[in-house]
Amino acid sequence: MTKSTVAVIDYGMGNLHSVASALHKVGDGVTVQVTDDPDTILAADRVIFPGVGAIRDCMAELKARGLDELVQEVSATKPMLGICVGMQALMESSEENGGVACLDVLPGQVKFFGADLRDGGGERLKVPHMGWNTVKQSYEHPLWEGIADNSRFYFVHSYYIDAPEFVAATAEYGVEIHAALHCENVFAVQFHPEKSGDAGLRLLSNFLRWDGGQAVFRPVS
Amino acid sequence: MALAKRIIPCLDVDKGRVVKGVNFVGIRDAGDPVEIAKRYNDQGADEITFLDITATHEGRATTVQTVEQIAAEVFIPLTVGGGIREISDIRTMLNAGADKVGINSAAIHNPDFVREAAERFGSQCIVIAIDAKQVPNNPDGSPRWEIFTHGGRKPTGIDAVAWARKMVSYGAGEVLLTSMDGDGTKAGYDLALTRAISEAVAVPVIASGGVGNLDHLVDGVIEGKADAVLAASIFHFAEYTVPEAKAYMASKGIEVRL
Repeated sequence: MTKSTVAVIDYGMGNLHSVASALHKVGDGVTVQVTDDPDTILAADRVIFPGVGAIRDCMAELKARGLDELVQEVSATKPMLGICVGMQALMESSEENGGVACLDVLPGQVKFFGADLRDGGGERLKVPHMGWNTVKQSYEHPLWEGIADNSRFYFVHSYYIDAPEFVAATAEYGVEIHAALHCENVFAVQFHPEKSGDAGLRLLSNFLRWDGGQAVFRPVS
Repeated sequence: MALAKRIIPCLDVDKGRVVKGVNFVGIRDAGDPVEIAKRYNDQGADEITFLDITATHEGRATTVQTVEQIAAEVFIPLTVGGGIREISDIRTMLNAGADKVGINSAAIHNPDFVREAAERFGSQCIVIAIDAKQVPNNPDGSPRWEIFTHGGRKPTGIDAVAWARKMVSYGAGEVLLTSMDGDGTKAGYDLALTRAISEAVAVPVIASGGVGNLDHLVDGVIEGKADAVLAASIFHFAEYTVPEAKAYMASKGIEVRL
C-alpha cells in the first residue's frame, strides 16, 4: 500500500471519529486528516465525504464553510468515497426537508421510503432502515475486491437513492435501494463501511488502494 | 434476503467493570468492558450496547475513556446509555466513538430534551430507553405497563405504549425496551409488552430484560415482533456464544447475519 494521505471532510455533521478510527485500523501508514480546511483537502490523495443527519443542515453547513464547490471540484480530480448522507449530498436533489437541491455530482434523486413501507409478503417495514442488509454487487469493481457478493453491511437511513445509472450495488427494503454508485473518481455508499465489521473494513482498505477511474464491467461471478 | 434481526450483547458497566445484577440488584462481576466488547465483535455481534449503570459525575471520565477504547477496537455500531442528561453529554459520547446514545430518565423529566437531541444530532443516533413494568389492567381489561425510574422502584404513572409513541414523534429513532419484571430473571422477555410497543411505533424496537436461553431470543422476534434482541448474562458467562445464538435463530427461520 502506498503511503498516502486521506482527508475526511468535517463539516460539522456528526461523528467522524469512527470513520477515522476505521481508516487507522486498515490504512497501514496512511495519514488520516479529519478536516474542513480547503488546502488540506486539496492536498490529500483521497477524500472521504461522510455525513449523518438531515440533508438541509448538511447542505447549509457545506455552503457556510465554502465546501460545496470544493467537494464538486475534488470529486472530479481525486478518488472520493461518499458515505450515507455524504452520498445523498452528491445527488441532484433530495425529498427530505420538503425538497433540497444537492451537489449534482451524480445523477439521481434521494427519495423517502414512505410511511407505509411493506415487504413482498405485506409485512410492515420499520423506517429508518436500520441494521444489516445484503448488498448485491452490480459488477466487479476494485472496491468490492475480497468482499463476497451479498455480504451484509450496516445501514441507517430514512431516505434512499434512486439513480438512473452508475449503480454499483443494490439492496432491497420494500423498494430497490441503489446502495452503491460509481462514476469515474467517485464511489458512494448508502451503508456505513466503518460500522460494517470485516466487510466494511475491507471496502475502506480497497478504497485506500484505489486510484479512481472506470470499473471493469464484468458481471459478478 | 431481508434485513437481519440484530443480536446485541449489552455491557452493564459499573466503575469500569462489566457487571450483571438480578432485577437491578445483586451484582456479579463479568470482566473488563473493552475485552468483552472485542470478544463480541469477533464473534459477529451486530451491535454493542454499553450502559453506565451508576453514571455518576465523578465516574464520567472513566466511562468516556472506556467508550474510546471500545470504539478503537470495535467496528460495529455502539450505543451508550446511562446518565445522558444534557446535549453536551451526547456530544461527549459521540466524540468518544458512540454511534447512538440511549436517553432514559432525562426524557421523563424533560421530554423536549429528546426533541432537541434529535434535531441536533439526527434521529438515527437517539435511542429512547424505556424501563417498564406491568401494572393492573386498563378499565377495558387490556394489559397496561407503566414507566418506572430509579432501577424499577419508582412508578411515574406514564403509560409505556403512549410514551413510546410520544418519544418517537419527538424524533427518537429507535426504542430500547426493558421489562423491569423480566430483567435478570432469565424467564424471557415480556412478549406482550414488546409486541404492543413494536406495533405502536414505526421505528425499530430492541427487546431487553429476562433472556435465559436461546428460545427467548426467538420468541422476542417472532412473538414480540422485536427488530433486535438484547442480552447480557447468557453471553457474559459463556452459557452461549453469539454464533450459537445466531445459528439457533436461523434454524427457526429468522433472518440473521451469519
